[in-house]
Amino acid sequence: MATPRSLLEKVWDAHAVRELPDGQTQLFVGLHLIHEVTSPQAFAMLRELGLPVRFPGRTFATVDHIIPTASQKRPLADPLAEEMLQALERNCREHGITLFDPASGHQGIVHVIGPELGLTQPGMTIACGDSHTSTHGAFGALAFGIGTSQVRDVLATQCLALARPRLRRIDVTGKLAAGVYAKDVILAIIRRLGVKGGIGYAYEYGGPVIEAMSLEERMTVCNMSIEGGARVGYVNPDDAVIAWLRGRRFAPSGEAFARAEAWWRGIASDPGCAYDDRVEIDGAAIAPSVTWGIHPGQSVGVDEPVPRPEALPDAERTSAEEALAYMKLRPGQPLLGARIDVAFIGSCTNGRLSDLREAARVARLGRVAPGVRALVVPGSQEVKRRAEAEGLPELFREAGFEWREPGCSMCLAMNPDKLRGDELCASTSNRNFKGRQGSPTGRTLLMSPAMVAAAAIRGQITDVRELL
Amino acid sequence: MTTATDARRHRVAARACVLRGDDIDTDRIIPARYLRCVTFDGLGQHAFADDRAQAKGQHPLDDPRFAGAGILVVGRNFGCGSSREHAPQALMRAGFRAFVGASFAEIFFGNCVALGLPCVTLDEGDLVRLMESVELDPEQEVVVDLEAGSVSCRAGTFRASMPEGARRQLLDGTWNALAVLLEAGDAIERTASTLPYVGGFREPARS
Repeated sequence: MATPRSLLEKVWDAHAVRELPDGQTQLFVGLHLIHEVTSPQAFAMLRELGLPVRFPGRTFATVDHIIPTASQKRPLADPLAEEMLQALERNCREHGITLFDPASGHQGIVHVIGPELGLTQPGMTIACGDSHTSTHGAFGALAFGIGTSQVRDVLATQCLALARPRLRRIDVTGKLAAGVYAKDVILAIIRRLGVKGGIGYAYEYGGPVIEAMSLEERMTVCNMSIEGGARVGYVNPDDAVIAWLRGRRFAPSGEAFARAEAWWRGIASDPGCAYDDRVEIDGAAIAPSVTWGIHPGQSVGVDEPVPRPEALPDAERTSAEEALAYMKLRPGQPLLGARIDVAFIGSCTNGRLSDLREAARVARLGRVAPGVRALVVPGSQEVKRRAEAEGLPELFREAGFEWREPGCSMCLAMNPDKLRGDELCASTSNRNFKGRQGSPTGRTLLMSPAMVAAAAIRGQITDVRELL
Repeated sequence: MTTATDARRHRVAARACVLRGDDIDTDRIIPARYLRCVTFDGLGQHAFADDRAQAKGQHPLDDPRFAGAGILVVGRNFGCGSSREHAPQALMRAGFRAFVGASFAEIFFGNCVALGLPCVTLDEGDLVRLMESVELDPEQEVVVDLEAGSVSCRAGTFRASMPEGARRQLLDGTWNALAVLLEAGDAIERTASTLPYVGGFREPARS
């Protein structure tokens, strides 16, 4: 018997072009995704060097960060946004790269459309100039968020110079309680391991809770790997992945699909393979989670009080004090009942159809509370179409939510969707950093889509388990 | 390009600026609204824009004692969050040529290396001594020496760490990965041809 190998080892070795003198590996990138924010400078560098795009068929583009969600009509209302979109169009045209723009019917957040189109497949190496590229690990791919110089490198060589990360296996055992979702699982993992606990690691998620999750839920978990410091997070491919890919536009078909399936299954970690570290988390003990601070590791179960800094380990105390001052929260106060100003449902973390369905299940129980602004932003045009086919927009609108066009929207507020002043926002996005949602004093509480919908209709932080 | 003498980064000797605090993310380093651009030009003036506005002149980057600093001294997990290269680009354009801290987020670290900017880490005790020394005497020259693996200031010379691969790239002037990657030539296409998905699984996989 050959030595059991992990998915990380197998995929890494299969894509290694050569070992570099400095000890890093030159790794072939199977799929490169680009968007309007982190690619224009990379194309400019190529132009300056007179280099072509080496594998134009392996790069796909879309527009997501700057796209307005009120109307996608051209020219975009914001001239800077229009300029960025035009630059992307020009670069794609010039280099023969497929662009999924609003007119294509497949525009959306880059991490939503990759899986949707079947571009994301097991055993691939994937890169994108966006830290949430780890999302694609849900399919058993190694997916790296990269900077713009590396976008240039991939365009010119289809390769990255990377050091192989160590591997941490995270088993989530047991069964989730009702009202507890994938978002709560990843927030619990980050709370336990810290926001820098994953530096230098790839996370392999497994165990009964992860295995029972749909692909969309696994994407939510893998998406936030980077919030725990791990650049890469993945789940081994299984039947659910095969079922997802069958019939997708860029997935193989016919006999090729059967060959693909065999290869995909073979890429999963072998039983008994080595891990550099192992962590077990009791899924049954996870409660609906809410962040109280200014990084995603600062979360509690919704029924827990805001921590007292003096009760925290030394290393976390200063950060907690800074967080509470910024968030205008008192140590020991309950989060339950905190009045919110804005509810945001969307993003690459929680902007897929199943997220909207869960939010709708709660939204139909009431109406958005007076004084609360509530936005639902589908992750892609495809998500939007499918939600429309189920009547979700009507349901949300009747409950007082705004139903918007797809994009990154208020996750990072590069478009007009922003918090104002120190508004408190219940958000399904991934980052509660200072100023993240577009106002330098804006405050973000991260939680699951169902929890955000509950907060929207009650006007305050609510334990969604009371409503279900 | 790979061994160009001017690309070698052996040491950075400059005055330093101390920016205390852990988990300072790239949204704080360069708020997202400044990413609405197609070049990195002009980002330097917006580094820490929101933090500085709120500090009303009290932010270390606005402290005249630190004016002209070329080394930024930071805490734990500096540069966490978004992969935006705009963050190190903004800091580089604000005049910083090296970073010294307790730890750095991985993508930020890689983005810095790709720009030839070293990020070195010190033991926490040494980092505190460096911060106190620079705050007491901001005029002094601080030296980040990659060759020796140390950071020196008036308070002493401290052992500095950096992953060996990245240190070699900076010392050898090979931190611009593109030149190195291009050297692989046809080996790239050969590797691609062994990956069954690259051919759309049209042929049985080679074992």
